[in-house]
Amino acid sequence: MSAAVPALTAPSPAPSGSVWWAQTWAMSKRSILAIVRQPALVMPSLIFPLFFAALGTSSFGRATALPGFPKVDSFLDFSLAGSVVQGVLFGSVTGGTALATDIELGFFDRLLATPTSRVSILLGRLAGAAAFGAAQALFFTVVLLPFGVNIKSGVPGVAVIVLSGALTAVAIGGFTAAMALRTGSSEAVQGSFPLLFIALFFSSAFFPRQNMDGAYKAVADANPMSYLVEGIRGLTIEGFTAANVAKALLVPVGIGALSMLLSMRALRGRLAAR
Amino acid sequence: MSTPGTHVLSHADQAPGGTIMRSSRGIALRGLRAIVRLPSAFFPALMMPIFQAIAFSGTFFAITKIPGFPTDRSINWYLPLATVMGAGFSGVGVGFTTIRDLESGFFDRLRMAPVPRTALVIGPLLAVWVRTLLVLVAVTVVGFLFGARLTDGPLGLLTLALAGLGMATIGAGWSLGLAYRFGDMRAAALMQLGLFNATFLTNAQAPLSVMTGWLHAVAKVNPFTNILRLGRQGFLGQVTWANTWGGLVAIAALSLLAVVFAQRGLRKLHG
Repeated sequence: MSAAVPALTAPSPAPSGSVWWAQTWAMSKRSILAIVRQPALVMPSLIFPLFFAALGTSSFGRATALPGFPKVDSFLDFSLAGSVVQGVLFGSVTGGTALATDIELGFFDRLLATPTSRVSILLGRLAGAAAFGAAQALFFTVVLLPFGVNIKSGVPGVAVIVLSGALTAVAIGGFTAAMALRTGSSEAVQGSFPLLFIALFFSSAFFPRQNMDGAYKAVADANPMSYLVEGIRGLTIEGFTAANVAKALLVPVGIGALSMLLSMRALRGRLAAR
Repeated sequence: MSTPGTHVLSHADQAPGGTIMRSSRGIALRGLRAIVRLPSAFFPALMMPIFQAIAFSGTFFAITKIPGFPTDRSINWYLPLATVMGAGFSGVGVGFTTIRDLESGFFDRLRMAPVPRTALVIGPLLAVWVRTLLVLVAVTVVGFLFGARLTDGPLGLLTLALAGLGMATIGAGWSLGLAYRFGDMRAAALMQLGLFNATFLTNAQAPLSVMTGWLHAVAKVNPFTNILRLGRQGFLGQVTWANTWGGLVAIAALSLLAVVFAQRGLRKLHG
């Protein structure tokens, strides 16, 4: 009577390892191609952080002489980490929105009607976010180099920054994917943008914590985003140290573990509700 | 000679003020009712400047220690910026509403009604000014709770209100002009980007005396710097004519340009 209905509601057949990888790869490729084919969607996440870095360098250039400000050659060195995290955060909203759009347009349902691994659908989207996050981190580093950014940790440091960009994209992408799966609304996912912006602003992304005061400093001290930014910043202005690498990589891994848990739960919830 | 409909229309157009104002008031009231009926659309316009004032003054708290910075309270520097930007984005909000009206067909019904064309620009402007005053009051009250202080009495609030209302007029004219020309949401990004760039390519974040490099050269000739100076003076020192007239001239010139831009856009839409 309705052969398609059981396929929709039943869990997908467990695919073999190689098939699972092939499915995840196909889904990843799709989400990466979506970014490449619609550059207008991601352009703001590339341009705005650079614009803010340029504004900050001109506006706060003299702040580098303030007591407590980290030793830097220029404010631009200080800005790179904030630009990377800001760009990745903005880009991650695009990934979540794309997943919500798939749900709104019915593509998600069509995927569920196929014997595709359900987890591959989510992982493919997050892999696309990771690839874009890594590309963004590399883009900001390469674009700002001719303007005088000096990365003290050299090429290995850049590699860690790029990896950190990818992990951060997965971490934040997990939250936006969870929201997309829970609400099925691209507008709701877009609505999360101010929350991410607040999380970023109440951190040391744009100014050092040492130069903050009172309740604001307390919030920035408790915000994991501060430590992520400081790890990347340390690689830029201090050098390749274990502490900097650990902060740049482990903070997004920690946030990512939580966001993946939430997104997997949201996926299970959506499948169970069908 | 003419159909009854066109007769009413031309009569309305030629009415000496009364009909234009009545129609404008009706359109303005509709815009204001939207605040109650669709608070989710107005809420960001109200919350963003409050957030901006708090976040900027907290993040960049230490820049007041740079020699030559005109105040030792960072909120005194950033509160007027947030208010003026918030006012500008309140103005842009009317562009979004107009796009919705254009897409839903409501605007076509307005055009078919015996409403003077001028009222289609004045009405939204009146609504924007009221919305701006709401933003201004909310941001200022929160700013005072977070430590902002007037340095020359209530006159500082008046100059801030003038700067805010001016910015709202410019934002409204700019966004209406774009809405009438594009007719759909493609205009939204341009509306916001234009206002964002115009405001940030000024002394928005730091005073000219503290700035270095390219931004200093741009901010010095950007008329929006004068508007910010007008709005800020009551929080940084005495309100003086020297800090006022440049802002008033910038508001008058840019408002005129923006309203003409909107009027011409409306005419193109009719065409």
